[in-house]
Amino acid sequence: MNPPPGVDARIINTPEGALQSILNGAPMRKGRVHLELPAIAENGHSVGMTVKVDSPMSEADHVRRIELIADKNPVPRVATFVLGPLNGRAEVESRLRLNGTQRVTAIAQLSDGSFWFDAVDVTVNELACLDGG
Amino acid sequence: MTARIQVPAEARRGEAVEVRIVIQHPMETGFRYDALGRRTPRNVIHTLLCRYGGAEVFRAEMGAGIAANPFLRFFVRASEPGDIECSWVDSENASGTVSARLTVTV
Repeated sequence: MNPPPGVDARIINTPEGALQSILNGAPMRKGRVHLELPAIAENGHSVGMTVKVDSPMSEADHVRRIELIADKNPVPRVATFVLGPLNGRAEVESRLRLNGTQRVTAIAQLSDGSFWFDAVDVTVNELACLDGG
Repeated sequence: MTARIQVPAEARRGEAVEVRIVIQHPMETGFRYDALGRRTPRNVIHTLLCRYGGAEVFRAEMGAGIAANPFLRFFVRASEPGDIECSWVDSENASGTVSARLTVTV
């Protein structure tokens, strides 16, 4: 992917670069975010993922966005979900492609600007990028 | 592109309703080669936008890290009766829209 301003283009497709492009130097804390992925995935073509954030989703206190990083994917920044007070509940489910056994991180930015995260290690028995599948 | 959206037929005002959407799309990674050794160009649905009663309620920016035939499930707080409309665009600028009617009871 193309890096946002201020992020080195050479590292955008590394986990560190992905993290830097999201946080832009801001700290993130563990908690409030719950990332659910299977511990073992039979193959990496389609892995169910649910992310939930503890938030009242009110005008004053809500989740602005949720970012997903898969460390070993060719493009680690997998998805961005933009939410707001109109959602009523901060929960998103989707299915990921995972290029092998790796750590997946979900980062939520709240309306006060703070970042919270959760990370899950997934063992993938058959990679998504190995063959023509 | 075929797509399907599911929302409950009716909801009470203030309730968070579950929206499920699935779109038929290869989410081509750009890392695959065909039998002749030619690279299959990357083609993914990069943006999906959902509106409820005209206001944006959910947006997803995606890449090849989302599995083929992307599925999304998220919530929308029911306020007024109206359409929940999702539209998307892929790398070849092909776009699509699906919508579902949400009936809101008191």
